[in-house]
Amino acid sequence: MAAIVLDRVRKVFSGGQTAVADLDVGIANGERLVLVGPSGSGKSTVLRLIAGLEAPTSGRIFVDAREVTDIPPEQRDLAMVFQSYALYPHKTVRENLAFGLRMHRVARAEIDGRVSATADALGIADLLDRIPAQLSGGQRQRVALGRAIVRQPQAFLFDEPLSNLDPRLRGETRAEVVALHRRLGTTMVYVTHDQEEAMTVGQRIAVLRDGRLEQLATPLELYERPANTFVARFIGSPPMNLLKGRVTRESGTVRIETCGQIITIDAVESQILFEAVRAVGIRPHDVSLTDPQHADLRGRLDVIEPLGHAQIAHVTLDADVRVVVVVRTETPLSVDSRVGLAFARNRLLFFDDAGRRLD
Amino acid sequence: MIPSRLVRPTATALLLLAWAFPLYWMVTASLTPESQLFETPHIVPRALVFNHYQALFAERRFWMPIRNSLVVAAATTTLAVLVGAPCAYAMARLHFRGKTWLLAAVLAVSMLPQISIVSPLFLVLRVVGLIDTYPGLVVPYVTFALPLVVWLMTGFFRGLPSEIEDAARIDGAGRVRAAIEITLPLAAPAVATTAILTFLYAWNEFLFALSFTVSPERQTVPVAIALFRGQYQIPWGEILAGAVVASVPVIVVVVALQRRIVSGLTSGAVKG
Repeated sequence: MAAIVLDRVRKVFSGGQTAVADLDVGIANGERLVLVGPSGSGKSTVLRLIAGLEAPTSGRIFVDAREVTDIPPEQRDLAMVFQSYALYPHKTVRENLAFGLRMHRVARAEIDGRVSATADALGIADLLDRIPAQLSGGQRQRVALGRAIVRQPQAFLFDEPLSNLDPRLRGETRAEVVALHRRLGTTMVYVTHDQEEAMTVGQRIAVLRDGRLEQLATPLELYERPANTFVARFIGSPPMNLLKGRVTRESGTVRIETCGQIITIDAVESQILFEAVRAVGIRPHDVSLTDPQHADLRGRLDVIEPLGHAQIAHVTLDADVRVVVVVRTETPLSVDSRVGLAFARNRLLFFDDAGRRLD
Repeated sequence: MIPSRLVRPTATALLLLAWAFPLYWMVTASLTPESQLFETPHIVPRALVFNHYQALFAERRFWMPIRNSLVVAAATTTLAVLVGAPCAYAMARLHFRGKTWLLAAVLAVSMLPQISIVSPLFLVLRVVGLIDTYPGLVVPYVTFALPLVVWLMTGFFRGLPSEIEDAARIDGAGRVRAAIEITLPLAAPAVATTAILTFLYAWNEFLFALSFTVSPERQTVPVAIALFRGQYQIPWGEILAGAVVASVPVIVVVVALQRRIVSGLTSGAVKG
């Protein structure tokens, strides 16, 4: 059980590319933190830096208040679950589970006890004498999980552990991982590229882009109060609609000019510096279709995607501006019809020219 | 015509025949009396005699070249693998400046035509006093075998997912321990293949063996057989018998090492 701190960590690879740039992250003891971001954002590199498989170009890394920057991975007492599982192919499941304990010179009797207990807990006890080639993908994943759990490390590092599972198995296993964390209480650093996985797994989420930390906050805060347009569009599905436009304010009335149309909002009390606004954001769930006469914006309904539990409507405002709306399944929609969009006033977000959200 | 389901077995049978027949002929001919060797051969020999083999061992002391070849080939294989495998591991896993140049240099060594090297090498070995000795053959053999070993094994190690070693390191194994307990067993198939190729090379090598040995005490099998040829006649029977005897250790080695090549070792470690 340990807190992990990254202090101004920087990693530049020999080819010149900066994988991680001045990262400051503090992970609390026992916390479940998710590192999320698109490919190339540096999240796996950060995990490898914590594990010790890569050395930082500059900066320091602490595990449980002890500086581990120069300590090799075998002495950091961390356990990692890889995307490809990385099981030892020539060893049986039992040997795979026992390997780490053997390396740490744990007594034979205790190794046997822990291996049995872990295998039982994960439901792989009857697979102990098989080798990885004889297991299914889901079984191998459990063995990889077991290999980490049996070590009782200071922290778990998960590198996209569910990416190779088929979607149905993913949901179940995700819940199991969270339940596992609740049971063991061990600090967990979890890397994924899937924002939905991040939202469901993380107690706090660090959103990374190009090696930089965009925002570190709870899932709800990322969703409700994203720091910038990148986070706003990365978190939440379908992605937030961002409309370029300008805003003017006269006493209590705000006028938003976007896509050649104007939205008027009355009785605004907000302190936002509206002159600085260059883009307005509204999530698809906060837009509704209405009679074009009384709508905020008008457009043409282009594409309807029926999902079963809802419909996703793509409305084109002018030349290339599209607004995505989530609509109830019962609502009748016809393609190419003229529709009106109504925005929930309290859900509008405003962003400046640098993409930062204005408060 | 041949029905389609018989095409494969027929082709296999023909291939097997083409490949095995010379061997069969060699063995039966070596058991045929010298006088009958140039008559029209029968598919199944009428009489089998052991004169040639007796002559090999009694008169020509053939056990000596066999011993020499075994020693030289075994030493070459062992040294080449012991030196080449760690070298390949370093090339594949570690990063250091000039790595590409080093690899290219290693390859360049093997491209040197042996015939152009023989004379200078002879002079060097004579100065150092290694003519007609085991090291005098082993050292040049290892030099020419190493590039192949390094290249084969570097390619193999590169193909081995480094995540497995990463996992071992995180589990608590140091780099060396991980290499020995995890990487090495996985490398066994590649080591076996490389060892076979190196052994075959050393066993069959003729030019250096002929040039750098003088006495029967150190001459290897290919050289010994070539020297059977007399001034006025060629003892075909004994040559054939020598060839048969020379083939035996090679077959034994290949069969023994083939069993160690267990494929699909890595198929269960990494998904997909």
